[in-house]
Amino acid sequence: MKIVEEKNEVTIVFAGDSGDGIQLTGTQFTTTNALFGNDISTFPDYPAEIRAPQGTVAGVSGFQLKFGSNEVYTPGDICDVLVAMNAAALKVNLPRLRKNGTIILNTDGFNAKDIKLAKYENNPLEDKSLDDYRTIQIDVSKLTKAALVDSGMGKKEIDRSRNMFVLGFLYYMYSRKLENTEKFIKEKFAKKPELIDANLKVLNAGYNYADTSEIFTSRYNVKAAELPKGEYRSIMGNQATAIGLVAASQKAGLDLFYGTYPITPASDILHELAKHKNFGVKTFQAEDEIAAICSVIGAAFGGKLGVTASSGPGIALKGEAIGLGVMLELPMVICNVQRGGPSTGLPTKTEQSDLLQAIYGRNGEAPMPVIAASSPSDCFETVYEAVRIAIEHMTPVFFLSDGYIANGSEPWKFPNPDSLKEIKAPFINGEVEKPFLPYRRDQNFVRRWAIPGVEGLEHRIGGLEKQDETGDVSYDPENHEKMVKIRQAKVDAVVNSIPLQEINNGLPEGEVLVIGWGSTFGVIKTAVKKAVEEGVKVGHIHLRYLNPLPKNLGELIQKFDHVIVPEMNNGQLVKILRDKYLVDAKGINKIKGIPFSTQEIIDAIEDSIIKV
Amino acid sequence: MSELEVLEQIKLSPKDFATDQDVKWCPGCGDYSILKQVQSIMPELGRKKEDIVFISGIGCSSRFPYYMNTYGMHSIHGRATAIASGLKISRPDLSVWIVTGDGDSLSIGGNHLIHMIRRNFDLNVLLFNNEIYGLTKGQYSPTSKAGKVTKSTPMGSVDHPFNPMALCLGASATFIARTLDRDPKHQREVLLQGSKHVGTSIIEIYQNCNVFNDGAFEVFTDKGSKPIETLMMESGQPLVFGAESEFGIKLDGSTPRVVELSSVSKNELWIHDEKDRFKAQLLTSFFDDPTVEGHLPRPFGVFYQEDRFRYEDAISQQIERAIEIKGKGDLAKLLSGNNVWKVG
Repeated sequence: MKIVEEKNEVTIVFAGDSGDGIQLTGTQFTTTNALFGNDISTFPDYPAEIRAPQGTVAGVSGFQLKFGSNEVYTPGDICDVLVAMNAAALKVNLPRLRKNGTIILNTDGFNAKDIKLAKYENNPLEDKSLDDYRTIQIDVSKLTKAALVDSGMGKKEIDRSRNMFVLGFLYYMYSRKLENTEKFIKEKFAKKPELIDANLKVLNAGYNYADTSEIFTSRYNVKAAELPKGEYRSIMGNQATAIGLVAASQKAGLDLFYGTYPITPASDILHELAKHKNFGVKTFQAEDEIAAICSVIGAAFGGKLGVTASSGPGIALKGEAIGLGVMLELPMVICNVQRGGPSTGLPTKTEQSDLLQAIYGRNGEAPMPVIAASSPSDCFETVYEAVRIAIEHMTPVFFLSDGYIANGSEPWKFPNPDSLKEIKAPFINGEVEKPFLPYRRDQNFVRRWAIPGVEGLEHRIGGLEKQDETGDVSYDPENHEKMVKIRQAKVDAVVNSIPLQEINNGLPEGEVLVIGWGSTFGVIKTAVKKAVEEGVKVGHIHLRYLNPLPKNLGELIQKFDHVIVPEMNNGQLVKILRDKYLVDAKGINKIKGIPFSTQEIIDAIEDSIIKV
Repeated sequence: MSELEVLEQIKLSPKDFATDQDVKWCPGCGDYSILKQVQSIMPELGRKKEDIVFISGIGCSSRFPYYMNTYGMHSIHGRATAIASGLKISRPDLSVWIVTGDGDSLSIGGNHLIHMIRRNFDLNVLLFNNEIYGLTKGQYSPTSKAGKVTKSTPMGSVDHPFNPMALCLGASATFIARTLDRDPKHQREVLLQGSKHVGTSIIEIYQNCNVFNDGAFEVFTDKGSKPIETLMMESGQPLVFGAESEFGIKLDGSTPRVVELSSVSKNELWIHDEKDRFKAQLLTSFFDDPTVEGHLPRPFGVFYQEDRFRYEDAISQQIERAIEIKGKGDLAKLLSGNNVWKVG
């Protein structure tokens, strides 16, 4: 029996060729730990190429996760364990590993060809370059083959189940049971029983190998986290966005129409929604981004919940039509799962550089509400809010997410459907004025939703400037100015239906206020927590509502001496805050396609005090 | 009361479809005639006013919805087709009409047009073709003839023009027809046929822009040249033309030839069959420049129609099927997923 050593948290990165099943291995390890009760945060990191040349650095796919017995807000900065299926995977990920960290190596991925493809001068297993780490060398290919010697399977098929060996090995190492993955295998290969047998065999072989070999003397355990009581599931950001949309459509009593065009990293929302046709969801894969948003406008005109999603380049194409949506004053949600830009940029890497595009990126004065999710599970609540605002305020709404949270996952204390806010569409009931005035408004400047099929409400709308109330085409100068102001006032009035801003973490007043938005939530929270423990007087505000900003934000800002704004862009929210509040906010910017590390934020907090 | 009885009681007239808006096309524009014919066939659709939607893009023709007392949207350039697609998928119950021009649907909106056509939504497209950009004041369009001198092509256009009917058929259209602004009777007939087609009906209407491209189709409308230059197709009838119906079209293998009826009997002529895709392809290629010696006459009427499943129906069926298999969506189950664990 090996000794079991307790750990508070562990960060592991799985890495291999993009065909090695790394994402699946990572997801399985995540689910098993989540079901065990750990708090978890994950971050997949894969190449843009589906199958870049095998064995090369370009083809390395990675999956990072942190699991802990305490609350976990980020997938971790520095890894404790690296699983490298070949030399290229080692090369790419070694910088993420802490000194004295553990590397689990598949020795079969370190032959002369692999070394050459990874552009190593010498075999890292043979020179002294790994001396600072603890290496566990396993010939995974050979052991997998041995486990399947009687299976009659070919080499290619056998190699495909290597990831199960590694997974079994890690389950033993971290004192986890095989149950969850066994169940998964049985479901996944239900139609191919021979593959069930093979994968189960290899999984168990990995587990037993770890048990019987003398590779390590102790196992590890990470106790279940003390999360708030309740029922949990694991969820990825795009998945949360998709089911948030379904939930909102159900609560609003409106069928969901989702018109979109495939683009990384937003496509998974389409894949998820396409599974839920039994909720009346209609998904439409349009011929291009423009058709996607236009189909949504058509659906919205027809009285349905119209939603589209894309990423930066696609959003740019949709710009004109979004402006039409603003002009028509029809409800719709536009999701932008941001990625590195400009142009095609870094499709599989994360960035927050479309905030200004969302707020300002249309011709003319075309204001619209913009809100952003801060974590994978927060995508649910935030997109639900996006739908609520769109429908109740009769306006297109931007929902921002990014590649980091779209593909990342975490445990989610999912809500009971009854607890979700009601969403009430401003349809017309009962008597209506004659002639009907399609652009008559309520006190929040919201017009009514008059949909085809209703007698007496026949009316025409369009992209040309309209006369107040009647909606007739108007070139009157006074009217145009009035309409521009009305459309602005309408978006401003959304502020009345959103909550006041809270200090999300840290102190309510003090030296430094860190203001963030979007996926930097976890890392800022972790950093601020640490800084407060070290005695720094720091607070953290994380904005979900970016346009309009919460009413009390200005007051909260005044309670601090300094304001810093970390963003994964070249400084966008910081510009808005400086504009709106005349505050000397400083941007902390990282534009590398990868998230901030906790230390980077802590350093920024400390720097902002020292510099004064 | 049945739906039909309700409709009979309503008894709509063309006037019910006019709005209070001043019609702002140039005096003499061919659009007036189209507006009149469209309003005149509306009562014959058998639909209530509130179930009809007109959607347009940008261009002179696209002002159309403002003049129709139905639901309407004057959208953005080239996108009426895409907007109508979304509307039709989400509201299959509506009668949807797209009003577009040669610039709107064949240039900036070309992509949406072809994709909408292949999906075969049950809707109607009125393609006003005037072979010019009118609203932007006179640049050549994708249907302008090669060599066309316009403001943007002072030395003549070097663009080869689209053949709209051939393009639409190539995109798997299930109904294509051509008519003329200056032939109200023919126009009305074609509009009615198009409105009855279940699927996407494309109706190309040669429309004279008397300001920027006056007389572009004169050869097809002028009393003197019309009989010899136009071929009025009628289903089940031989293809004949000429003031005295003295000419006909005969297929020589796969080559159409003009023959004189004095020497060839009517029985030997090409009999028009709207269901024949191969022959429709030949007919759409009757697209010769009328100034060229030995050219074929230009066909008008319905080239082709077929019955094919509609995208919106297929989508609705999938939803029904999904409900059949999985049961109606259960939100609580969706939120919890399959792997739940309890804390505390």
